[in-house]
Amino acid sequence: MGLIGDLSIQISEMLVVLLLAPLLTGFIRKTKARLLRRQGPPLLQPYLDLVKLARKEAVVAESASWLFRVAPYIVFATTWVAAALVPTFATGLLFSWSADLIAITALLGSARFFLALAGMDVGTSFGGIGSSREMMFATLAEPALIMIVFTLALIAGSTQLSTVATFMLSPVVGLRVSLALALIALVIVAIAENARIPVDNPATHLELTMIHEAMVLEYSGRHLAMIELSSQIKLLLYISLIACVFVPWGLAPVAASFPVHLGGAVAYVGKLTGAGLMLALFETAVAKMRVFRVPDFLGVALMLGLLATLLRFMSRGL
Amino acid sequence: MRPQCHAPRRRREGETVAVGPPLMPLAGFLVGDAALLALGAAALVVGRRSAGSSIIYSGALVLSLLLFGAAAMRLLMATPPSTLVLPLGLPWLGANFRIDALSAFFLAIINFGGAAASLYGIGYGRHEHEPLRVLPFFPVFLAGMNLVLTADDAFTFLLSWEFMSLSSWALVMAHHREEDNLRAGLVYIIMASVGTFALLLAFGLLAGSDGGYAFADMRAHPPAPLIAAMVLGLVLFGAGSKAGLVPLHVWLPLAHPAAPSHVSALMSGVMTKVAVYGFIRVVFDLLGPAAWWWGIPVLVTGAATAVVGVLFALMQTDLKRVLAYSTIENIGVIFVALGLSLGFLASGFSAAAALAMTAALFHVLNHSLFKSLLFFGAGAVLTSTGSREMGLMGGLLNRMPATGLFVLVGCAAISALPPLNGFVSEWLVFQAILLSPALPSWALKLLIPAAGAMLALAAALAGACFVRLFGIAFLGRPRGLAAQNAVEVDRFSLTAMGALAYLCLLAGIFPGRLIDALTPVVRALIGANMISQSEIPWLSIAPIAESRSSYNGLLVFFFITSSALLAAYVIHRLASNVIRRAPAWDCGFPDASPVTQYSAESYAQPVRRVFGNFAFRAREHVEMPPPGDLRPSLLKVELLDLAWDVLYAPVIGVVGRLADWLNRMQFLTIRQYLSLVFAALVFLLLVLASWG
Repeated sequence: MGLIGDLSIQISEMLVVLLLAPLLTGFIRKTKARLLRRQGPPLLQPYLDLVKLARKEAVVAESASWLFRVAPYIVFATTWVAAALVPTFATGLLFSWSADLIAITALLGSARFFLALAGMDVGTSFGGIGSSREMMFATLAEPALIMIVFTLALIAGSTQLSTVATFMLSPVVGLRVSLALALIALVIVAIAENARIPVDNPATHLELTMIHEAMVLEYSGRHLAMIELSSQIKLLLYISLIACVFVPWGLAPVAASFPVHLGGAVAYVGKLTGAGLMLALFETAVAKMRVFRVPDFLGVALMLGLLATLLRFMSRGL
Repeated sequence: MRPQCHAPRRRREGETVAVGPPLMPLAGFLVGDAALLALGAAALVVGRRSAGSSIIYSGALVLSLLLFGAAAMRLLMATPPSTLVLPLGLPWLGANFRIDALSAFFLAIINFGGAAASLYGIGYGRHEHEPLRVLPFFPVFLAGMNLVLTADDAFTFLLSWEFMSLSSWALVMAHHREEDNLRAGLVYIIMASVGTFALLLAFGLLAGSDGGYAFADMRAHPPAPLIAAMVLGLVLFGAGSKAGLVPLHVWLPLAHPAAPSHVSALMSGVMTKVAVYGFIRVVFDLLGPAAWWWGIPVLVTGAATAVVGVLFALMQTDLKRVLAYSTIENIGVIFVALGLSLGFLASGFSAAAALAMTAALFHVLNHSLFKSLLFFGAGAVLTSTGSREMGLMGGLLNRMPATGLFVLVGCAAISALPPLNGFVSEWLVFQAILLSPALPSWALKLLIPAAGAMLALAAALAGACFVRLFGIAFLGRPRGLAAQNAVEVDRFSLTAMGALAYLCLLAGIFPGRLIDALTPVVRALIGANMISQSEIPWLSIAPIAESRSSYNGLLVFFFITSSALLAAYVIHRLASNVIRRAPAWDCGFPDASPVTQYSAESYAQPVRRVFGNFAFRAREHVEMPPPGDLRPSLLKVELLDLAWDVLYAPVIGVVGRLADWLNRMQFLTIRQYLSLVFAALVFLLLVLASWG
């Protein structure tokens, strides 16, 4: 195996996140529709949407600068690179040492930075509202995520995600209070960062509720396709992150044989299905909150993250 | 750092070291400083000519580059410290000078910043209305900073420190006819004097009753624990007020923006680093072994400074004031790293202390790069639009594409986005925090995670702050005629900005080389150093030997660029590459007025709502006239800097009352004056008698 094996895992990982992300979104949409007793769009609809968007001409506002046209590719690239560094079905990623969890957080921050700038580029009020609210949420979500990273790193002794996942697979972990707190915090952050209900509604264009959609309102054609794809990848990334840290079972360890990897892939699909079902159920059951309630919601995540980190500082066992 | 800058210098330096006496290089530095002073004097003569400013800035550029080359050389070659005593200053002391690794590192930083500012000044200085108010002081300011870094006794240090303060004060007052600048100058000079006074007391305590004012004496006789604690407090006050630590920061956002932009860049990017140097020199070098609690005050002020600084930066609408407040934030980050280093050092974790110190020094370097770049950008905007008010700008990226690109790089770097340099130092600080559970002290164990959370919060807020800055000023549609008619600035300014932007990227993708270059500095201060990064394969960096964490800026950069290019290529080849320009969609609203865009104030409103109450007691007053009334409705927002209310207002009140009381002494009769003199004499004699 060795280098070739790791390289093939890395490449297949990059393709998996790229190809599976629209399917996950389609699955969640379908499930939500079924829960509301609607027929819903077909499972593969997101792929068709992306292809359709990519083949259309892009309409760009007259006042837009070059940043508007470049930003979708930067957003896509940073999100994709971040997603490729999160173990999905195997931990033996060739390039996992090139960026750790802190770097993955910061890569997602880069994507947000450019998306928020692109929202302001055309010079409309909707772009501004989306951009300013997105950055306000980020000011709480990002430190919360860093605190969660601290907790995990202090438990596993490394910020390297592959190492953390391998450690979580080992029997020494056990049940810990700090892990439970970190899990809750991470779920809250994931909901907020992916603009899901109750923070934002991904399916609406109703002005008062939109944040993410307002930022990308001016996009069309291939640029919109890139942005849609990157937000789908981001959702997959967060689910993979939660899965590889908190439900690592089935993850193929370093230098495992091919059948083990296959098992890992099956387990991964199972985890995605479970997470998708839970997300759809949750989104159907709760209502969206007012924008200025969201900071409280995210503040909970930040406090839980800080508490978990403090627990780790206080005691090795918790 | 650019190897091409000092490559020719390298050979010459090598020869002098090999052939001449070992003191030559240090004397060379002093000659360079003297040349800068002479340049300042020459500016008085040539400043009136039309080409005067180009001559002076070119001279400063050459001298700064030479000094930078010599300093970088010493740092890279790990030259042992050299000293020099000149028969100047106090008769029994002389003027002591010394260059060690720490001085060499900071000399390299300030002279590089000086060179960049001079290059920028060649173009920018042409727009100066009163060149004689800037030109003579600019090289003198550079010389003052150089002298602080080479001083090796308290007298020379304080003299150069005051020299630096006063010359920068003169530069702040360059545009003294503007109302705000007078107040800025007054607050600055008061704070600078108070700070220097604190440093004076600190050095007095360090020298002890024997009066050993040379740093070598202080190093040889570290003070008793109680005295050391007082010195720590005084240095934190003295150096901290220069660096802009909360709550001593109030002068900084007034003074830094008031100066011409290249001087603002020097003050923010470079002079604050001299203050950091002063702190490191005293606390890590002269003060003897650290006590366990020394890290705590440094950590607490650092964390508070980071968050308060960036929150205020988010609320400002003046471009340069945003940058000045952001300097406060970055100083906070540096002091958090220094506090961590002190905590580790006192508990004997030298590898972790070395990591934190490297992080602090790395951030010093980073901040000097991107803050200079951003101030240059603000200066370019000021030249081209005539305003610093973000509310009048918009759409500058289309009109000033090169400036816009460089400022974008600066904004991304200061927001700690990979693969740029800001992220590396943040990553190193976080790695240092992750090593701290091993510390024995419970207070530190509780404080460090909280400081980590504050740093993460500050980093996220900085992201919001610079999205706002770039988005309002450079993106969108022009909000006024000035922004509409903006044009690109001159080539000198663009070269200076381009070089700095390039270095931000370079320092981000090759951090290992820089960390290795910092090794002699860290080893001299801590007694240990980070593992040699050049031995780690593929140009990755890793914090300590046992850690399994690593980061590779080059690969991240490569991955991002290649996947972005790949995506663009695939889409353009296989799908569509047609673009149609059309009016903005904006949900179908046809109103094209640029006033409907988000403004700087409205962009910050959500953050103000969330953090406003505890950070600056933000109050909003809505004035809504009844229907039929023709007055416009108003929304007023009041922000209070708590430092003014809690700390300064009472002090100002007490000083005012004291002054009123003392004022009565001016109207006494001759007999009362005589009896006052007599009473004072008796009092002093009594003191003398009781002392003996």
